[in-house]
Amino acid sequence: MSQFELRNRLADGLRFKVGNVHISISSTIPEVVEHFEALYCSYELLDKSEFIDFYIQVLAPSIFRRFFRPQVNFSFDGFFPFKPLPYSQAAAMFEWGLNWCITTHSHQYLMIHSSIVEKNGEILILPGASGKGKSTLCAALVCSGWRLYSDEMALIAIENGKIFAVPRPISLKNQSLNIIQNFSNDVVFGSTVTNTAKGDLAFMKVPEQSLEGISGDAIPSKIIFPFYKGKSATHFQAVSKGTAFMQMIENSFNYNALGKTGFEVLSKIIENCDCFNLTYDSLEEAVSGINRLGEK
Amino acid sequence: MVINTPLIVCLRNILHDEIKLSNFEAMDWELVVRQARKANLLSRTAYFLRENNLLASLPDKVQGHFISALYIYDANVQAYCWEVEQINSVLSDAGVPCLLLKGVAYIESNLMSRKGRVFSDVDIMVPKDQLKKAERALIKCGWITSDLNPYNQKYYRLWMHEIPPMTHLTRHSNLDIHHSILPPTAKLKPDNNKFWESCISLDKNNLYTLSQVDIVLHSATHLFHEGEFDNGLRDLTDLDLLLGEFSIDRSFWDKLLNRAREQSLGRPLFYAMRYSSIFLQTKIPAGVLKDMESEAPPKFLVNIMDFLFLRALLPNHVSCSDQWTGLARWILYIRSHLLRMPLYLLIPHLLRKSWMGFFAKKR
Repeated sequence: MSQFELRNRLADGLRFKVGNVHISISSTIPEVVEHFEALYCSYELLDKSEFIDFYIQVLAPSIFRRFFRPQVNFSFDGFFPFKPLPYSQAAAMFEWGLNWCITTHSHQYLMIHSSIVEKNGEILILPGASGKGKSTLCAALVCSGWRLYSDEMALIAIENGKIFAVPRPISLKNQSLNIIQNFSNDVVFGSTVTNTAKGDLAFMKVPEQSLEGISGDAIPSKIIFPFYKGKSATHFQAVSKGTAFMQMIENSFNYNALGKTGFEVLSKIIENCDCFNLTYDSLEEAVSGINRLGEK
Repeated sequence: MVINTPLIVCLRNILHDEIKLSNFEAMDWELVVRQARKANLLSRTAYFLRENNLLASLPDKVQGHFISALYIYDANVQAYCWEVEQINSVLSDAGVPCLLLKGVAYIESNLMSRKGRVFSDVDIMVPKDQLKKAERALIKCGWITSDLNPYNQKYYRLWMHEIPPMTHLTRHSNLDIHHSILPPTAKLKPDNNKFWESCISLDKNNLYTLSQVDIVLHSATHLFHEGEFDNGLRDLTDLDLLLGEFSIDRSFWDKLLNRAREQSLGRPLFYAMRYSSIFLQTKIPAGVLKDMESEAPPKFLVNIMDFLFLRALLPNHVSCSDQWTGLARWILYIRSHLLRMPLYLLIPHLLRKSWMGFFAKKR
């Protein structure tokens, strides 16, 4: 799609799918157009007869605010869940806003704050709050032959514990940007957004191989709780199922909303998984360690 | 402006077990989901779709949103039943009776209107002369008033029918304590003692709810004194369900009309019946509707109210708005203030509030 066509489509609502999530996004902001041009060119488009889950608008500021400290607004079908952000953060606001849309309206899944990657049908869950090094490790794994299911959330089907892929651009912050650029030559980044609440950040493009032929019916087999610690040796430590269960609850978006069902789904997941804590400094060592775990 | 939006057509069907939705296509269902979400009716729509065995036949993508909303509903019921238990035990120890209103009352009295209703606060009423005692007891148990602005405090305590909303320190649940159903400064002046005299005991101990007729009158009065209609259609479906359930007893309609006249709440009841008939085709006997006409305002005013309510009671969604919707909502907002207090109080209040709003932004 040419930039001209993309701009036109974005103006009246670009409809596309990420895994099983159908999105319509409209925006005339140049930063958003660039974001889509750089990172979303390989996603499947939807036509007007397809059901849309989330109608999103990233809105330019009013005429007055366009010149004086311009701001950007996020709308979910006419509802404004956030305060406006500085104009330069428009693309990041779309990504954060979409995270919010999915995590607050998808209780047909058990949702865990985690990265998910897959190789040869084996699925790995990397749970963790911001700052634990989950996204950095996830990006490194994706650069080393693993396929991205999601950088931000696990959507686990309540009926059978299977994981749905939502492979969206990986958000990397501050030093992680350089680290991943040095780790692999093939990575593509969108433009860097500076001075956000989380520091400087950029989004890494999902490799095309991650977008092709994801079946979305695999059951996870390993849970690794990553913990980045400078100057530490790479260390895997087995975690008991009970401890892992509690840590998964802590990282869940909606365990409380699902009640008994949440307990049952999570039990099924934990039963099937080997669980580890991973302390790491060197990404290379962490990745090769994870690969070796897979071979055992 | 079109009243027969996909959501409203769907509600008319599923609320009254008359299912003629086979002509609904994927795009109609998409609008049902979007409009229902904006009207805070997603859980209720889901609940009645499930009850009518329609949920499983919907397209997967559509089903997902309804299933999600049903989980939210179950969690909401569980959380608020627990809150009611906590609040009641505090008030019971303090010797203050606790009369439940709205959402929590529907749940605790097991009414049809509990089905699929999601809400974000507990509304209770306590006798006015025991308000201080109730407030003190609740503060001791972790309920605090989050808005400490002295003007807002004064506004509530002097002119409102409730004290400033309270929030629990650790559970963050919200509690509205009422002492009347309308502000003392309002034009309509129902006798609050009469509500207490005919209230119903729920647990034979300390928990009460209004009588059937009073539940309807409270719901109607609340909705048609309201200034914001984000939950307007949801409250109208409450009324539809309440009327449908209570009118199984044939003498209910007479009792309702007599009570409305006795408490001078005929006008809001007239509006409730008029708009629930128009929007939801609520089954109200023709004789009752005719009898209610004596409570109607003059014809020209009915036309104006139609212009306003037929817009404001639609979901606040782009697919339901026309060029007059914004104006209609704005006029009803002003109307709600005029109903609540006379002009000599209202004008200084609104000036003060806009000044405070301006000042707060600057900081």
